Amino acid sequence: MSGEGAGRWPAPFAFPQTLSTSVIWRADNGGHEGATMTNTAVHMTGVVKRFPGVVANDGVEFDVRKGEVHALLGENGAGKSTLSNILTGLYRPDEGTIELDGVPVSFASPKAALDAGIGMVHQHFRLVQPFTVAENVVLGNPQTPFTINAGDVNKQVAELALRFDMAVDPAARIWQLSVGEQQRVEILKVLHRGAQVLILDEPTAVLTPIEAEALFRTLRTMTAEGRTVIFISHKLDEVMSVSDRITVLRGGRTVGTVETKSTSARELASMMVGRSVEFNRVVRGRPGNPRDVVLSVQGVNGNDDRGRQALHNVNITVGRGEIVGVAGVAGNGQRELAEVIAGMRPATDGSVSVGGNTLPNGKARAAIAGGLAHVPEDRLHTGLAAGMSVEDNMALKTYRTPLLSRFGMLRRNAMTEQATELVTRYDVKTPDTATPVRLLSGGNVQKVLLSREFSTNPLVLVAASPTRGLDVGAIETVRNRLVEAADAGVGILLISEDLEEIMSLADRITVMYEGRIVADIPAANASREQIGMLMGGATLENAQ
Amino acid sequence: MKSPVRLERRLHQPKQLNWAIPLVSLLGALVVGALVLLATGKNPIDVYWRMLDRGFLSERALTGTLRTATPLAFTGLCATAAFRLGVINIGGEGQLYMGAVGASLVGLQMGGTAPVGVTIVVMVLAGMLFGAMYAGFVGMLRAQFNTSEIITSLMMNYLAGILLNYLIFNSTSYWRDPRSFGFPSGKPLEKRDFWPAYDVLGISIPFGLVLAALFAFVLWVIYKRSRLGFEVEVIADSPRAARYVGIRTKWTIIAVTAMSGALAGAGGASQVGDFAHYLDAKGLQLNGFGYTGIVVAALARLNPIGALFVAVLLGGLTNAGYSLQGPDFPSGLVGTLQGLILFCAVAGEILTKYRIRSNASAVTA
Repeated sequence: MSGEGAGRWPAPFAFPQTLSTSVIWRADNGGHEGATMTNTAVHMTGVVKRFPGVVANDGVEFDVRKGEVHALLGENGAGKSTLSNILTGLYRPDEGTIELDGVPVSFASPKAALDAGIGMVHQHFRLVQPFTVAENVVLGNPQTPFTINAGDVNKQVAELALRFDMAVDPAARIWQLSVGEQQRVEILKVLHRGAQVLILDEPTAVLTPIEAEALFRTLRTMTAEGRTVIFISHKLDEVMSVSDRITVLRGGRTVGTVETKSTSARELASMMVGRSVEFNRVVRGRPGNPRDVVLSVQGVNGNDDRGRQALHNVNITVGRGEIVGVAGVAGNGQRELAEVIAGMRPATDGSVSVGGNTLPNGKARAAIAGGLAHVPEDRLHTGLAAGMSVEDNMALKTYRTPLLSRFGMLRRNAMTEQATELVTRYDVKTPDTATPVRLLSGGNVQKVLLSREFSTNPLVLVAASPTRGLDVGAIETVRNRLVEAADAGVGILLISEDLEEIMSLADRITVMYEGRIVADIPAANASREQIGMLMGGATLENAQ
Repeated sequence: MKSPVRLERRLHQPKQLNWAIPLVSLLGALVVGALVLLATGKNPIDVYWRMLDRGFLSERALTGTLRTATPLAFTGLCATAAFRLGVINIGGEGQLYMGAVGASLVGLQMGGTAPVGVTIVVMVLAGMLFGAMYAGFVGMLRAQFNTSEIITSLMMNYLAGILLNYLIFNSTSYWRDPRSFGFPSGKPLEKRDFWPAYDVLGISIPFGLVLAALFAFVLWVIYKRSRLGFEVEVIADSPRAARYVGIRTKWTIIAVTAMSGALAGAGGASQVGDFAHYLDAKGLQLNGFGYTGIVVAALARLNPIGALFVAVLLGGLTNAGYSLQGPDFPSGLVGTLQGLILFCAVAGEILTKYRIRSNASAVTA
């Protein structure tokens, strides 16, 4: 096994790993003492980073012990990404010091940080799409020989994956993988480089509870080997169950660092947002009418990018004002389903109708005209053109209407007006409507997308993972928008890997497993355990 | 291995950079060029003055400059149109040849019979059609089979060159002048069908350049204000987003590539109508107009109006270079100066996206 990087890491790493050998993850059994001794892996003091118009980090204090899982908690824009970008050498701090094992360091590049043993698993993957999993994993590792033998490398990566309990096919090409699988490749890549401090940015955002459990096991294997994990997250439950200590950031400053065992989700939430947040099941003003069908998917078959059948005789109906959840582990046909409905991918069999009219197969423009709105899984590059302005993106679906263009020419003033109005109505935080969407924060990106989709007055909205990667405040906003739309009569198909979200929003829950709808149950009768088991492939009878 | 400086990506690109950076780049080029000149025992100020004078200052110099600039404006627009979509059409060269073939065909056919203005318009259209079809094929291959347009358009440049040679040198084609003895040549157009030139303050402006200016404006409008331009921008920014909103990506690729070829084809027509007045197989292939067009587009940062000005700048540099050349001034030195100016201009481009940061204080762990 190459990529251990043992030679590069200083000796103290031989310290006893009592913590990670304990069966209970959040060790109350004294294992913690091992970590508290003298072993500081990362120590950052007074870190300041300014960008034009913003101070992203304003005197951040951050202290991580060796062999611990340290959660970095905060809303979008709290400065988490900037801090991790500084730690991984992407940015250089304007002020402040970074110590690694007590030695002051300053990284000139991400490569320097990686050489020092700090590896980052990004939320937005940095993978070479046409390459195989194995090729991506070994790419950029100086230990990789100039010519690589596909067989050897595949074997090597398969072993690495097995060792850290991650299921992924080394020979598959990245573009063929689901988001969840791609994330495993990112983790493998960093492990292969021999990183001792791993920074995971929102790692569970794309995972189901079962997959998240597997990730946590992987993290345990890592700490058992003496590695340190910095875990960036918005999810309180998860942070509570996985971390040893938690540092909360707000507005670019450190609010505080707490021991996980001596805090609560409620306390963390108020530290994070500066006020108390209530988590409740959303109360619907008006329940939907399942009999007044607005979206009907009948006997749909479809293929994935590899040309393999991904959808098997899928039947789903959504009624006016109804929210129907599609739960499932990533990569079980949800993306293909959303794309077939939206006309982005032709169905090989079956039909989709919106408001009683059958949509032509594989014609996105016709689907849009037919009253279908779609919030895709990949917001920045599918739902939006990230390099284009807010204004252009707001017009992406309506630029052909007489309001926005005439005789083939755009009416720029009308586009600006429309964008300004939507920005105000949906409270999008952007300097102006000419700002490229890629410069906005995650929550605002999603607001741009949602406001545009609702501006078309749709009959049906297909929303894929609409709150993935957003902060608590933004999640609340997005969920409220969905519920408001449903109350106003829009039929919503909510595809999400976040079971919590489906449980709290949907009127009816369907479960997808291996391209099939394996259950369709009223939300009132569904339990978390039952849905979880169905997602894992259990039959309805077994799950009850 | 560590460099003393490194590039950091700019989060915002201030508007002033658009003019400040080219200016600084040009100054940088002149300074480096001056060192080279000093090293070879020349007076830089004297040489620069001569370049300015021969390229841009006198009426005669400007007439020559505009003449050289005309084909570059067309091929620059050709590259601009396609590059905006992310289609790297480097076949402007071949598309220009084909335009010349088409324009000379109809010019010779209609010669003397049709009214003068009609002949000229039909020549332009024929040149555009030939160029569009030649490029459209490349676009079709890209859209339908996802073949690399870089390879196919480059290969087709050679094909077009071979075709030119065949038509004039290796066959007795319609284009070849049967009266040309010894050295084969193209059949000349009727004198009254020569394209006009407009005299402004003693400077002769060829009709082709006016046409190029018109096309530059049209292209600018298309990319600034039209639905097609909007769709092109979406496709270039994110092909998946284009699929998501149902933009006909394949159709757009073919159409825009054909449009790009039409612009080069019009340049070919202008070579026939404005300057050579026959299908000049040798002359067309001499200067690599199509390839220089890529440089024009890049320097103009894919702005059609900018391409026009860059074409004039490059035209002037080229002509100044010719006039500098002499027994005491080797052509290699001329090339060096021209190369330096282009190199600095292209290198300056990166500074609009990145800024230079010192690595001096950085310590690697």
